[in-house]
Amino acid sequence: MRIRNLLAVTMLTGIYSLIVAVLFVLLDAPDVALTEAAVGAGLMVILMLGTIALTTQEERRQSMRHNLLALVVVAITGAALIYATLDMPLFGDPEAPAHVHLSPRFTQESPDEIGIPNMVTSVLASYRGIDTLGEAVVVFAAAVGVLLVLGTGAVRGRGHGNRGRARREDQDEAP
Amino acid sequence: MTWLGLYNYWIVVVLMMAGFYIVIAQGNLVKKIIGLNIFQTSAFIFFISLAWREDGTAPIVLPGVTAYANPLPHVLILTAIVVGVALTAMGLALVVRIHEAYGSIEEDDIHQQDEER
Repeated sequence: MRIRNLLAVTMLTGIYSLIVAVLFVLLDAPDVALTEAAVGAGLMVILMLGTIALTTQEERRQSMRHNLLALVVVAITGAALIYATLDMPLFGDPEAPAHVHLSPRFTQESPDEIGIPNMVTSVLASYRGIDTLGEAVVVFAAAVGVLLVLGTGAVRGRGHGNRGRARREDQDEAP
Repeated sequence: MTWLGLYNYWIVVVLMMAGFYIVIAQGNLVKKIIGLNIFQTSAFIFFISLAWREDGTAPIVLPGVTAYANPLPHVLILTAIVVGVALTAMGLALVVRIHEAYGSIEEDDIHQQDEER
């Protein structure tokens, strides 16, 4: 069964994000789960609904192409990744390198150093504050990018794209 | 049978390859971006499952608890989710722009129109 209605696909994406958020709660990451539920299931779905409203809701038939080659590439990559996991620490192992090296420093000392009980917040806002600044820069750059790609639409009006292409064709034909 | 304890990584690999396959084989641009999203979330699950420990709790101070999940991957993924949605917004904006120029969001159509010109 293949879903060709992009609206249904978008709804399923939202449900998928919510399930991932629940998984994050179960993995003791409530902050990440909140963000995933708000951003992944909320904002992402709104963006996709906007895109569908501006483009088309029905997918054309037979848009899957060269399936076999893609399948082979994916299978080889997947096998290589599975092979790579054989060296990894076991799931939930308290002796894993992630838990003996840096984690104690943050979990034991950050409540006293920063004074916030939530360690994720103290790392995000204090120890790794510059990262969060970088994140803000990325979001700003994306906003500027979206405005550059779409924002002139109101001035330009619809159908400009076709005229632009016609202009480019003229240039191609010129010597 | 200790390698059965690696199942979290295998779930991540399966999800990641599903997203990868959609990105390669799917001709519809919106679905391609959804594939990219699935790929992203698989990386998120990878990091969060690395941070989890059997005997620990969520990294919020509780009296009497000494073992917490590693807060560092949580912070990285918090940042990555927001950056990911910024990327998705950019990709979807390009899809809308492509639809304006070509009247289609199917890869085949777009290539065909390019060849005809």
